[in-house]
Amino acid sequence: MYRYDRYDTQLVTERVSQFRDQVARRLDGSLSEEQFRPLRLLNGLYLQLHAYMLRVAIPYGTLSSAQMRMLAHIARRYDRGYGHFTTRQNIQFNWTRLEEAPDVLADLAKVEMHAIQTSGNTIRNTTADPFAGVAADEIEDPRITCEIIRQWSTLHPEFSFLPRKFKIAVTGALDDRAAVKVHDIGLILRRNEASETGYEVMVGGGQGRTPMIAKTIRDFLPKDHLLSYLEAILRVYNLAGRRDNKYKARIKILVHETGVDRFRDQVEAEWAALRKTGPDLDPAEVARIARFFAPPAYDSVDSAGYRAMLFEDQAFADWVRANVAPHKQDGYAIASISLKPEGAPPGDATADQMDAVADLAVRFSLDEIRVTHEQNLVLPHVRQSDLYELWQGLRKHGLATANIGLIGDIIACPGLDYCGLATARSIPVAQRISRLFSSLDRQHDIGELRLKISGCINACGHHHVGHIGILGVDRKGDEVYQITLGGRADENAAIGKIIGPAFASEDVVEAVETIVRTYIGLRQDGERFVDTYERVGQKPFKEALYDAD
Amino acid sequence: MTQHAITANWLGSGLVVYLAWDGGWSEQVADSFISGSAEEDAWLLDIAGRAADARIVVDPYLIEVTEQDGAAWPALRREQIRAGGPTIAYAPDATVLRRVA
Repeated sequence: MYRYDRYDTQLVTERVSQFRDQVARRLDGSLSEEQFRPLRLLNGLYLQLHAYMLRVAIPYGTLSSAQMRMLAHIARRYDRGYGHFTTRQNIQFNWTRLEEAPDVLADLAKVEMHAIQTSGNTIRNTTADPFAGVAADEIEDPRITCEIIRQWSTLHPEFSFLPRKFKIAVTGALDDRAAVKVHDIGLILRRNEASETGYEVMVGGGQGRTPMIAKTIRDFLPKDHLLSYLEAILRVYNLAGRRDNKYKARIKILVHETGVDRFRDQVEAEWAALRKTGPDLDPAEVARIARFFAPPAYDSVDSAGYRAMLFEDQAFADWVRANVAPHKQDGYAIASISLKPEGAPPGDATADQMDAVADLAVRFSLDEIRVTHEQNLVLPHVRQSDLYELWQGLRKHGLATANIGLIGDIIACPGLDYCGLATARSIPVAQRISRLFSSLDRQHDIGELRLKISGCINACGHHHVGHIGILGVDRKGDEVYQITLGGRADENAAIGKIIGPAFASEDVVEAVETIVRTYIGLRQDGERFVDTYERVGQKPFKEALYDAD
Repeated sequence: MTQHAITANWLGSGLVVYLAWDGGWSEQVADSFISGSAEEDAWLLDIAGRAADARIVVDPYLIEVTEQDGAAWPALRREQIRAGGPTIAYAPDATVLRRVA
């Protein structure tokens, strides 16, 4: 893992001190709310529906156990005993007190964390494949790229007041687990014909009220030129992006209205003007950063006992089937921890659970934890021979639900239960669906099915890219839910299509049941839900949902 | 005539509050002073604005309420949830009350 150098430490420490002073001046009346609001937002502190909410950055979703323990401490000491892991690999605390916010930031700084650029029209936390560095199908660890971007983009003077917020995601694997095609910039590590590593650069993806899949503007960018090329993109956007209408201010609108070919030309022209002849960064500095992500010293592992347990304990075998992924190192595994037990708010974890995960990470995962954009956690370095003991440890804390990638593994934004922007509740719908599909046997029989729920058109619950997407809206005082089908956030990303008129709150869960039953009736051998949908189209689902009337 | 109350958040804690019938601020919507006219609305907003200037509360605004047994209850779902807390049991040891159906 990356460790702060003296510059990082100084920057974060000074920011805590500055914010402490700003809060004091707000409380003594030296600053008005109008003056203070942008300052608190620069530090991730929102005023939400019920209280202040603090969003803490988790760079590319990587945490140490010490950092996780600090998050548990913050949940316990300053909040109400829990936190909410978000769809951008961050964590939110929903009940932060303004007077205590500087103390929270000071505690975060002790473990090299902060809330800088988790709000505002800035470059936000760069997200990554949660299996970075350990995925069996990976070309290169994307976290090296992410850390370079983090250092470059933090308090970047030119890009601190962009037309709108700006999100970058990076993956180094063939399977896209980072949803890079629905980000402002998506970077995919590729190898060219000479086996050199570089990036496919995609621009203009996003969700919200105008969902779009990112377009490739460069098939292969040599790694040496990452920062100058990003700078060229950001410069074009910063100058030409709309500032007159926040709903048209994201780069996806600029790319769409300019046309991808013309936008590419503009970026290339800007890049030609600013690029250096040599690499953007001193190779020694890149090497220094890369060393933090060097693979750990793995042991030689005897997995015979593990394989035996798969036959002896069906519940363990089910968990392995859903929650354990292949590791690049023989004898090791990647273990996902579901934060979606039956009927619970997706992505929430109590302080005790966070401490438990930290303990298990020390014992079984070389002190490392990942946060996924699907609101789960990952232990990336688990010996196969330790999986059974890990699973037992997770069970004690309600963290061993065997539903990763299944219908119970629902993404949901906080919705109207917490969010000041939401127009409908999302968590209660997720809970009802989770209870309806409480049988893990049934979930496994249904197979991979990504269900995502947003409580407003801003789409923080990623409904546009759910195999089944649900969007809650307010219609004359009633919460109604619009269903989309066929979205996906993977390497074949697609925006789901609206299936028909919205459903009342009391009917939406039954509608999901109807969709699932229709799929089961239509699926052919080995087909996932999305495969069946892509083969048969909307018609049979539409008929099942609406023609029964 | 639509009835209104004033809501805001405590500046320090951020918790939701209502301008109460006794001129103070309460975390209980039922304690709200209920306005029945445009003149009363303006008067309440003026009081709330001064409380914001005095750094007691932040972001005050009018909400539509109905009167139930003499006590105010928000007319709109968003405000009902603000008044009652999240409608979900969000943590095993959580204690926030829930009133919205």
